[in-house]
Amino acid sequence: MTGSNITHNERSQEVMSPNEPSVESTARGLEVRRNILLTTPALIVLFLAASGPLFIMLFYSFLTPGNYGGVEWKSSLDAWFRVFLHRDIFDETVMFADAHISIFWRSLKLSLLTTLFTFVLGFPTAYFIATRPERTRNVWLFLVTIPFWTNLLIRTFAIMEVIRNQGVINTVLISLGFTDQPVQMLYTDFAILLGMAYVYMPLMILPLYASMERLDFKLIEAGYDLYATRLRVLWRIIVPLVKPGIIAGSVLVFIPSLGAYVTPRILGGGKNLMLGNLIELQFGQGRNWPLGAALSVTLLAIVMIALIIYVRTAQRSGNTRAN
Amino acid sequence: MSVAIEAQSVSKIFNAGSEHSVTALDDVSVEISDNEFFTLLGPSGCGKTTLLRLIAGFEHPSSGLIKLHGENISSLPPFRRPVNTVFQNYALFPHMTVSENIAFGLEMQGQSKDNVAQTTQEMLQLVRMQELSDRRTSQISGGQQQRVALARALAPHPKVLLLDEPLSALDFKLRKDMQLELKRLQHETGITFIFVTHDQEEALTMSDRIAVMSAGCILQIGSPKDIYEHPAERFVADFIGDTNFIVADVVSENGKQARLKFMSGSEIDVALPEKLFGADHVTVAIRPEQVIISVDSESALLRGVLEQKVYFGTDTHYHILLPDGELFIARIQNTRGQTEQFECGAKVGIGVESDAIQILRD
Repeated sequence: MTGSNITHNERSQEVMSPNEPSVESTARGLEVRRNILLTTPALIVLFLAASGPLFIMLFYSFLTPGNYGGVEWKSSLDAWFRVFLHRDIFDETVMFADAHISIFWRSLKLSLLTTLFTFVLGFPTAYFIATRPERTRNVWLFLVTIPFWTNLLIRTFAIMEVIRNQGVINTVLISLGFTDQPVQMLYTDFAILLGMAYVYMPLMILPLYASMERLDFKLIEAGYDLYATRLRVLWRIIVPLVKPGIIAGSVLVFIPSLGAYVTPRILGGGKNLMLGNLIELQFGQGRNWPLGAALSVTLLAIVMIALIIYVRTAQRSGNTRAN
Repeated sequence: MSVAIEAQSVSKIFNAGSEHSVTALDDVSVEISDNEFFTLLGPSGCGKTTLLRLIAGFEHPSSGLIKLHGENISSLPPFRRPVNTVFQNYALFPHMTVSENIAFGLEMQGQSKDNVAQTTQEMLQLVRMQELSDRRTSQISGGQQQRVALARALAPHPKVLLLDEPLSALDFKLRKDMQLELKRLQHETGITFIFVTHDQEEALTMSDRIAVMSAGCILQIGSPKDIYEHPAERFVADFIGDTNFIVADVVSENGKQARLKFMSGSEIDVALPEKLFGADHVTVAIRPEQVIISVDSESALLRGVLEQKVYFGTDTHYHILLPDGELFIARIQNTRGQTEQFECGAKVGIGVESDAIQILRD
């Protein structure tokens, strides 16, 4: 492993130190031109599909809302003001926008809990799959991805059926005599958490599995051999080595959770809003597109901060996994 | 000298009960003394690594006991056994530096910070790796990784050190150096080494005693000299060094010696191992370097036609075709002023002393 790395480095160094500058530089010039030509279509698509809408959204957040939706072409900072602050209509006093902040907080809290929940369940699952014989692993992975085959709405309604007051769980609890009254689970934060954890579980398991599959199980034996108990092997050897998978899985779950729309809408019953619902509200009934745009940009900022932390940590642990 | 590790009729069957069951070890018993360099030698799949893993605790015996200084450790997990392993591909922790790797076992034992730091320093010194102590394990060479693996396993001062083909990943020159290094470390630390290898030369040069294994059984245990000069079985003789196998008739025997008659008609008295009383024919092993070649004569034990000479620098190999069609290889050292020259096609005699003939159990 080490040997091949060395030869690879030597080879790339040879390429980088030109012995005959004239030939080398024209060849490189051609290569650069070809690379630009080849990447142009992808860059155009990327700009139109990703960056373009973002700039439009950012632009809209500085406009004035139209009376029947849409925007008026008059610049205003009102939308950004209203993201966090709230002006009383009668006495013009300025307060924190409690409603928005509690929604931000709920989104953040539920997304973190979803990430934690999927990690706690996904880690042993991924470990289980990674330790199966090669042939059966694919079967387990297949089972993990099966929920993706069904429409998200249907899966969400299925969860609703399980946890509603006349649902499977409450019927069983009541018939077994654990409780007289059905336990209210639907339309609570718990319902949203359960739904999101269920929906995003594969996004946690798959990256975790990918790094565990590459794990050298001899290292675990070496840990046991050197007097580490099972818990210490987990903490000192397995977790540091699969850290890239943990980070990738957490980000993949955290980011869509933060912007989740369907799950909180159905399982939260429209009372427990999350950021996605709040944004939808502004573009729909609220008829305040600039505020919706400003909220979206805020969501984007939160996600970006999360991503930066992810990249930094991944790089740091990437160094430790040089071989 | 007291017994460090004792295996009592240990068997290990993988997938027991299913149609894929594999008997890796079949009723193996062995005693390994304190401060001994003990080698398990055999081809791949002979069970040597399984025996090592049973001693380490990664596997548990299907039947039988494993004792460490008289105490039954068969059911203890690896982290409760004062036994450490040097793995075949070292299994160094890639997320730790060289010194963190070495300190790991000490930390897990719950030693104080000062102790850990001090022992780690001693170990770095022992394997001459002080300068690279802060490197990642991926940034050092194979030989250096090998030394770190050794230091890591020796640091907690185990009662027994297990080495699972640790030299197989190194190139020839480095392997030679590490053989000496291992001998030195064993001598300096006084720890029992149990070394697994399929390389007979490695086994012969390093070991105090060797156990030759095949198909889950130990065939013979003895010093390197014993094993080489007095192989008990055909497999052992064949696996270790080059050997000529010759069939001879038993003319007479008196319990200690047998008079053997070879196809040339010559007869010789040879010491008889216990198990062979009453056999009509025996197979004997003759090492190629333990014979002399002469011009064909009545007195030679074996006679044949010289087919080919292969020059090897220090010695010459003579391929001699025996009357029954078998090839006999004689290895004669090249000395200065050698006078006798044999040409291909010449009839030659092969002279063998009685003590160079080893009767094999079949």
